Amino acid sequence: MATASAQRVVVERLPKSRSLRLPPWEKITPLLLVSPSVILIAVFVYGFIGATIRTSLVRWNSALPDYTFVGLHNYQRLFQLERFQADLVNTVHFTAIFLAGCIVLGLGTAVLLDQRLRGTLFFQNVYMYPLALSFVVTGTVWRWILNPNSGVNVILDNLHLGFLKSGWLTDTHTALNSLGIAAVWQMSGFCMAMFLAGLRGIPEELREAARVDGANEWQLFWRITFPLLRPITLSAVIILGHISLKIFDLVYVMTFGGPGYATDMPSLYMWVATFAQFLYSRGAAIAVVLLLMVAVLIVPYLVWNLRGETEQ
Amino acid sequence: MGNERWSRRKFVSRAGKTAGAAFLGLSFADFLAACGTSTSGTSGSGKLEIFSWWTGPGEKDGLAEMFKIYTKKYPSVTITNSVVAGGAGSTAKAVLATRMQGGNPPDSFQVHAGQELISSWVKASKMEPITSIWNSEGWDSKIPKDLKDIVSSNGDVWSVPVNVHRGNALWYNKKLLDSKSVNPPQSAEDMTSALSQLKAKGITTPLALASKGGNWQVQMLLENNILASGGADFYKNVMSGKASFTDSKVTQALTWIKQWLPYANSDSSAIDWDEADNRLIAGTAVFHIMGDWAKGDFTSKNWVPNTDFGAVPSPGTTGKYMIVCDTFGLPKGAKDRDNAVGWLKVCGSQEGQAAFNPKKGSIPARTDVPASLFDAIAQQFMAEFKTDTLVPSSAHGSATPPNFASGVNDEMGQFLQNKDVTKTASNLQKLSDEFLKTA
Repeated sequence: MATASAQRVVVERLPKSRSLRLPPWEKITPLLLVSPSVILIAVFVYGFIGATIRTSLVRWNSALPDYTFVGLHNYQRLFQLERFQADLVNTVHFTAIFLAGCIVLGLGTAVLLDQRLRGTLFFQNVYMYPLALSFVVTGTVWRWILNPNSGVNVILDNLHLGFLKSGWLTDTHTALNSLGIAAVWQMSGFCMAMFLAGLRGIPEELREAARVDGANEWQLFWRITFPLLRPITLSAVIILGHISLKIFDLVYVMTFGGPGYATDMPSLYMWVATFAQFLYSRGAAIAVVLLLMVAVLIVPYLVWNLRGETEQ
Repeated sequence: MGNERWSRRKFVSRAGKTAGAAFLGLSFADFLAACGTSTSGTSGSGKLEIFSWWTGPGEKDGLAEMFKIYTKKYPSVTITNSVVAGGAGSTAKAVLATRMQGGNPPDSFQVHAGQELISSWVKASKMEPITSIWNSEGWDSKIPKDLKDIVSSNGDVWSVPVNVHRGNALWYNKKLLDSKSVNPPQSAEDMTSALSQLKAKGITTPLALASKGGNWQVQMLLENNILASGGADFYKNVMSGKASFTDSKVTQALTWIKQWLPYANSDSSAIDWDEADNRLIAGTAVFHIMGDWAKGDFTSKNWVPNTDFGAVPSPGTTGKYMIVCDTFGLPKGAKDRDNAVGWLKVCGSQEGQAAFNPKKGSIPARTDVPASLFDAIAQQFMAEFKTDTLVPSSAHGSATPPNFASGVNDEMGQFLQNKDVTKTASNLQKLSDEFLKTA
């Protein structure tokens, strides 16, 4: 027993005493172990962001790379373009529809499912399934559904609701909203899951206490539940917001930006400028603008998150 | 115990070092392999990678026919058919651009004749001239000089034309047109009056219009109309930046489109050209202005040329032939260069073109392929190809560089919405200033 306890003491003390005289290669071991990912991220994320910024500041506007420095000329030109101006308006419009749709639907279904009625588990799964699909699949299916000659218009006709018919994706006034329908369909389930987790995390005692104080269910929701869901709502806005700003696949599949510029998005124009027009510098400039737009959304959130963690 | 701990730490430290070294070593080796341009393989064996966007019915069969001929000549070469789907090659071109910039070109790739290749990969000196192959195969006497000029620059030839499509064709539902006793229109004015007559006789949208996938179909309307209003010389001048898009000939061309739009379907952004063809077959539309790939589509849907449907040059362009031409070129650093040269020879051969074109619905670039292989409309086009003035299409990359053509696509998409002739003409001129003057 004595030897055993003596040994334990030695074992406990050893790391401290040894760390003072570590051989040099043991000091760099941890560094070597993380170096692959550090190098990969440095090159393939930050290096490439740097390369993109550099490309956006030169005159590379054909298949032949041209690294003549032109300053902010590409940006200046970009913001004068009718197409890019339309893109910025569309992005804001689309983000607004998308966020509002997802949060209202997501919160609504979450509250309903939280009532613990029969069959909630089934519907919970049903609402989540669209999330498993890629935007390309969603886009293709909704393109068919919203085709003015074969989709939902035919159903409306057969129901004698012809006055509700619309050009959907082919009409400049409705195209962006139609795109929003497909996006909300796909992502509201995700929102629902977040809100449901949030709702289940609210202690029943709080509501009980409010009920005892005489609050009705409506007041309960707006005064107790909703404020407590604020962190969840913020997370949802951030996650959905950056998806919305970068949306590409859905637009590419459903409308390719048309009719006119009605559903064009910066990401789609970035692709067209780079790979169809060979305006590499313009494409890079759009990429940088997109990065800044997403950064405006994400960076305050990360700072807020980080501060929360250190406080804890 | 001390010994065991030592060995574990030792192991971890060694593993760390080895892993780091292995990572660096491996990635460096990969890097070298990726950068190194492997030298050309020997002829008659190895591989051949052919890149194209021929995935549709007819065209992929034609490509398969050419592969058969190639395999007969070079039995030990394995062909890799790299196809990227997407109308007019929009997606394929993006994939190709990535591979060319990355120094990993296919052995030979499909490209529209002219500026699409010359303003991009030739200018970036990523192509090898094929002048010597052209001369040794004696193609000068078989392929029209107008066409050779389109695929040449600075005295060198850059690609082999495989086929010629006609961009300026008006397709019509023959039975329907006859039953309404309207004649196929010859001029743009004829077209307008034919459309209004048909509408009066109960066909609400007699003109089938497609604009899905980037409005290139509308750009074809524009270039055909410019050819009609200004003639071949004006067309070539305006497409090379020597004449202005604010010229009255261009505004006339736009005005005609504007006059025709009320007779066209309003859901054009949701349908592509083949769906517009379906409108003719269904009888909800009578006319469709489209390249002669529409014919391949009609016949594949069991419609008979000159019985069910007919074709005339698009309004006002009789005697002119809008060339939409697919070619194959030779990129520098092709892994199997010698095999690729063999492929180009098949592409330019009488045998290759006779096998490919009847399937594709185009006519051969060579004028010595027997007409009997083709249907009645193709025979008519082949005869006209020999005598007509040939002009390169801008919508299909031959007349103008891709950055211009893609900008025009956008403008035409806008034009469908705002129908503003003056604004569109001045925007087109801005594109010309930016992209044609420097070319």
